[in-house]
Amino acid sequence: MSRKLEYILRRLLTSLFVLFGVSIITFLLARVVPSDAAVLYIGPKARADEIARVRHQLGLDRPLPVQYVMYMNDLMHGDLGTSIGTKRPVLQEILDRAPATLELLFTGMLMAVLIGIPLGVLSARWQGKPLDIGVRTVSIIGVSMPAFFLGMVLQILFFRNLGWLPLAGRVSNDLRFTHPIETITHFFVLDALLTRNWFALKDVLLHIILPALTLAAYPIGLIARMTRAAMLEVLEQDYIRTARAYGIRDVIVTYLYALKNAISPTLTVVGLTIAFALTGTFFVEVIYTWPGLGEFTVRALLNIDYPAIMGITLLGATAYVFINLVVDILQAWIDPRISLK
Amino acid sequence: MATIPVLIVEPEVQSTRTFRHVLNVIVRDPLSLVSTIVIVLFILIAVFAPLVAPSPAEGAGKTNVSHRMLAPSLEHPFGADRLGRDILSRVIVGARSALIVPIGVVLFAILIGTPLGAIAGFKGGWVDEVIMRVTDLFLAFPSLLLAMAITAALGRGLQNAAIALVISWWPWYTRLVRGVTIGLRERYFVEAAQATGVRDSVIILRHILPNTISPVMVQATVDLGTVILAMGSLGFLGLGTQPPSPDWGLMVAEGRDFILNQWWISVFPGLAIFVVVLAFNLLGDTLRDIFDPRQYR
Repeated sequence: MSRKLEYILRRLLTSLFVLFGVSIITFLLARVVPSDAAVLYIGPKARADEIARVRHQLGLDRPLPVQYVMYMNDLMHGDLGTSIGTKRPVLQEILDRAPATLELLFTGMLMAVLIGIPLGVLSARWQGKPLDIGVRTVSIIGVSMPAFFLGMVLQILFFRNLGWLPLAGRVSNDLRFTHPIETITHFFVLDALLTRNWFALKDVLLHIILPALTLAAYPIGLIARMTRAAMLEVLEQDYIRTARAYGIRDVIVTYLYALKNAISPTLTVVGLTIAFALTGTFFVEVIYTWPGLGEFTVRALLNIDYPAIMGITLLGATAYVFINLVVDILQAWIDPRISLK
Repeated sequence: MATIPVLIVEPEVQSTRTFRHVLNVIVRDPLSLVSTIVIVLFILIAVFAPLVAPSPAEGAGKTNVSHRMLAPSLEHPFGADRLGRDILSRVIVGARSALIVPIGVVLFAILIGTPLGAIAGFKGGWVDEVIMRVTDLFLAFPSLLLAMAITAALGRGLQNAAIALVISWWPWYTRLVRGVTIGLRERYFVEAAQATGVRDSVIILRHILPNTISPVMVQATVDLGTVILAMGSLGFLGLGTQPPSPDWGLMVAEGRDFILNQWWISVFPGLAIFVVVLAFNLLGDTLRDIFDPRQYR
């Protein structure tokens, strides 16, 4: 137990160190911006004295290390700066849009896990059979398809040709007049459920299917491949052969004994793909005009809204580091051999 | 802990044998063979784009308003876009920024990452510590997000997008090569060279680096698919190639408003990305099977 605790503490410390470094890189990134940040704030028609005043206000006339300390100080107080585009605090902009993005991210990842793991298990169970070949085809297509292209193909198919699902958006335009959603968690699916607003629930679910599936395609491919590889390795082990020799039913051997031991490598991939999917959501949101962080990020990138870019980058990296930490700790908990390394 | 080396093979002998072995496997496996042919074909098309494209001028951006939004036909197999430009020509000319530039990106990432990894793995100690901690920092960002932020900071455009992708991708090679090098350091041919007083730089150049080529090649093949996707994504956002120059990702974005009726504007460049990435992934799987049979079967 103490060894496990020591491992977790060590991982926590490394993560803190990495986050510190991440803040330096993010800070330097913004200082590479070729245009004068002060000019970006005021606009192209700024007078010289105005520029000097804003430069002083933003601390741009101070030495770099001082600027970094100022940046860190603000950061510690939850101040990510003010967006040049919207003139509102970046943190506020992010918080306002985060629920929509997170709802999409969670739904997509849930889909990926619920589809990817069973596909991988079945594929390993029927190795070399048509089912296996089918699953491998689906997974390699999933990891080769650009999300922004897959999104459009699905729109053409399910909206234009079949007419089964809506084209874009998070809810129908007239929903707020007919069956408005009371916001409690800001996750529309949950809110509709909690308030028993069945009409809205149906609308919200119909809208989230295509974006979530688009987002899930790449993770489904990765998770299915990794689960399959891990299962094949486990199925070869002596204890599985022993279990079979004892006459334990195939279903129990495969889905209980083997799957339990194949779950650890699968977990790593799930963690990795969540982090990957965070960037992926931005593209999916642009395609489906989903009102999340994506559109804000793209606008910030194109307009060199550097406080917003810094905020989003820092957020993405922090989430990535955090997810990796959680995966490592979970694995140490599942598999005691890891903390012994 | 000392490991007992089982095989002592001269590096050169080993690498030629592996190369022939790889060729054999690729030729015998229909999927890998088709993937290789597709990749070579696309590279050739990209290199000779001005000769292959039906209308090189339209491919490069010249508009032809009378052909506006033409549907695919014999004359325009992929149709024409919003400004009447032949989409087949634009896909062909666009292969340069969408395919050749990513190949260059991966090469540069290897050129930076590999020596750093070899030095870190061979020297160990504080050199290793410094190189790997810096590597860790870059790996702490989701690669595509970092590339997006760097491109925005440097200014939009193909060249800056390529630089951003190199900055985001080199650490993967440093980490990989360091691992391989640590394994090699304990092999007899390296110990023998050290015992006879060969300089460290010579050992790294002559004995370590040649032996990292196979794993780096496998990684590069798989990475190429990912970098092409990333370049397509940057182009799609408008951070990469700037109009009127063609680029697959950018073309998909240009057709976005028309997908319900003039679907061909987006679909053909999107398909081009998909086919090339699929080919690299299939080939990468085969190579990985050869060099690391335990990971994927």
